Amino acid sequence: MTTEHDSGVKPLINESGIEVKTLYTPEDVDESGGIEMVGNPGEYPFTRGIHPEMYRKRPWTMRQYTGFANAKKTNERFKYLIANGQTGLNVAFDLPTQIGLDTDDPMSVGEIGRVGMAVDTLRDFEIAFDGIDLEEITVSLTINGAAAVLIAMYLAMAEKRGYDISKLRGTAQNDILKEFIGRGTWIFPVEPSVKLVCDTIEYCANHAPKYTPVSVCGYHIRESGADPAEEMAYAFCIAKAYTDGALERGLDIDEFAGRLSFNFNIYGNIFEQVAKFRAGRGLWARIMKEEYGAKNPRSMWLRMIAGGGGNGLYADQPEVNIMRGAYYALIGALAGAQTMALCCYDEAYTIPSEFAQRLSLRTMQLLAEESGLCDTVDPLAGSWYIETLTNQMRQRMEQIIAEVDAQGGIVKQVSEGAVQSRVSARAYDTQRKILSGEIRKVGVNCFQMEEEEEREPQYHPYDEAAAQKQIDATNAIKVDRDQAEVERALIQVKDDAKSGANVMPAIMEAVKAYATVGEITNKLTEAYGHYQEPIRF
Amino acid sequence: MKSNIRVLVAKPGLDGHDQGAKVVVRALMDAGFEVIYTGLRQSPEAVARIALEEDVDVIGLSSMAGSHMQFCTRLASLLEENKLTDKLWIIGGNIPKRDVAELKTIGLNGIFPTGTHFEEITNFINENVT
Repeated sequence: MTTEHDSGVKPLINESGIEVKTLYTPEDVDESGGIEMVGNPGEYPFTRGIHPEMYRKRPWTMRQYTGFANAKKTNERFKYLIANGQTGLNVAFDLPTQIGLDTDDPMSVGEIGRVGMAVDTLRDFEIAFDGIDLEEITVSLTINGAAAVLIAMYLAMAEKRGYDISKLRGTAQNDILKEFIGRGTWIFPVEPSVKLVCDTIEYCANHAPKYTPVSVCGYHIRESGADPAEEMAYAFCIAKAYTDGALERGLDIDEFAGRLSFNFNIYGNIFEQVAKFRAGRGLWARIMKEEYGAKNPRSMWLRMIAGGGGNGLYADQPEVNIMRGAYYALIGALAGAQTMALCCYDEAYTIPSEFAQRLSLRTMQLLAEESGLCDTVDPLAGSWYIETLTNQMRQRMEQIIAEVDAQGGIVKQVSEGAVQSRVSARAYDTQRKILSGEIRKVGVNCFQMEEEEEREPQYHPYDEAAAQKQIDATNAIKVDRDQAEVERALIQVKDDAKSGANVMPAIMEAVKAYATVGEITNKLTEAYGHYQEPIRF
Repeated sequence: MKSNIRVLVAKPGLDGHDQGAKVVVRALMDAGFEVIYTGLRQSPEAVARIALEEDVDVIGLSSMAGSHMQFCTRLASLLEENKLTDKLWIIGGNIPKRDVAELKTIGLNGIFPTGTHFEEITNFINENVT
């Protein structure tokens, strides 16, 4: 490819390590691999979108990440957002719930309901989704370490309300491998953790085939420092690990691959981001078809929630984040995301206020309703720049996946802390460039304001009363429930975990008996042990 | 200025946001300090114990999810119990300005919110470890 350094223009490398030219022509598209992978939306290789009509048929689902205090307060916020036009739910759980601790655990002190809703038993799910039509509004559970338990709670709650589980839609994040790289809500060692994910895939394939048991996340790997190409490449490595595990159970690829979903991050360079999503769609379709022999086109779809993008937001001049969020949502729409969630402007320093949540929702609504983003599928296709960059991003992703495979695969690389080390080295490099001003951040390292001109930020308060109420309510349930049934169910969970059987049926019985998240997790821990974080720099 | 300054970087409580902690660990290592990084989910008791066992000069915490006040209050009494109050105690991360005065009363020596320049942290350590 021709370069223009001799013209005096400074060379430019994007975050994914690809050189960006001042001008693109058809020659660049040809040299980067041509238009073989472009195709049509709704057709293999799906680079242009997984559906032929995309947003003309249905705009992206708007699914803000929400949850705080207890189930009752979270239910109120859900209803507020639905009343304001939100079309899906994305549930935030507090940290004790996420790592399988009960509210009355000593480690839970000061953390109950702080960053999400507290859950101890099935009763909390009954309250949280009370009055919400689970066919109309699909629910995504942002839960990983304790996902097997919370998926069981969701299915049990829906069943109790009379829904047919075999037709129930919904999603659990349930991507534990990325928790070891970033986000950190792991519980068990790597291998049994992956085994648990495969248990949920197998269980759902057999009992809840419309339910999405895993949403593989590049998002948090990017938050931890990975570049956009690495974000998607590592996510594909992880998705391949779960796919391999499910195949080992004897499932056919087309029995479950269509229910795998993804979660990606949006912040940074607009064109690089759009190219990332287009490249990823083509690459994932090819992996599914060529490596795994999938026949059903659904199995080849890169279905995704795209979230914009916590690491792109700053506490300095936080109102600027409103504009950042608008561009992130624009990227998501230009890239053809099925579902979107926007980090709110105040999320750089607190969990979002109702006001900030509504603004994020309105941002997406104005793109969908007044700006023409839903009119035409993949509107940036055919741009010589976008098509070249899409080819280059895909090649970069393939290269990263090949490197991981050559070094023993993602499970080994995560167990040894190798991926974590690479990602944090990248974060350090980026932060040094931000601090030096080489990477410009508006309001952060350029166009700053005097502190006194800034408005006092509003922080979400810790709700001690709600925390105590939660402890009391769970204690009352423990008195009411059939203790013998709970004991029986918990012993079964432990026995199945020890024998290597699929633990989901036993967990289903335990949650129906109102066993707590902590009680069930403890039984699993007795069989699996605790994860020890590899410290490696 | 002391040579071979040993710095503990700990992730208190249940918060899993460790990008910042790890970035600071790398910056401190590059600045020549000996760094002990705890990994996630440290209780106040664990932080005090590791500080004692590793004979560190600096106790650093990285908090992103808002539970720093409770944690530091509990850690302060443990530092006193274990005669660790002569150590330099610092915190970084998502720390609201309104909490700064109270954290200093509890015993924190330095508070470094997100976006702090690495030199500010390393200079502070070099100037205050005796």
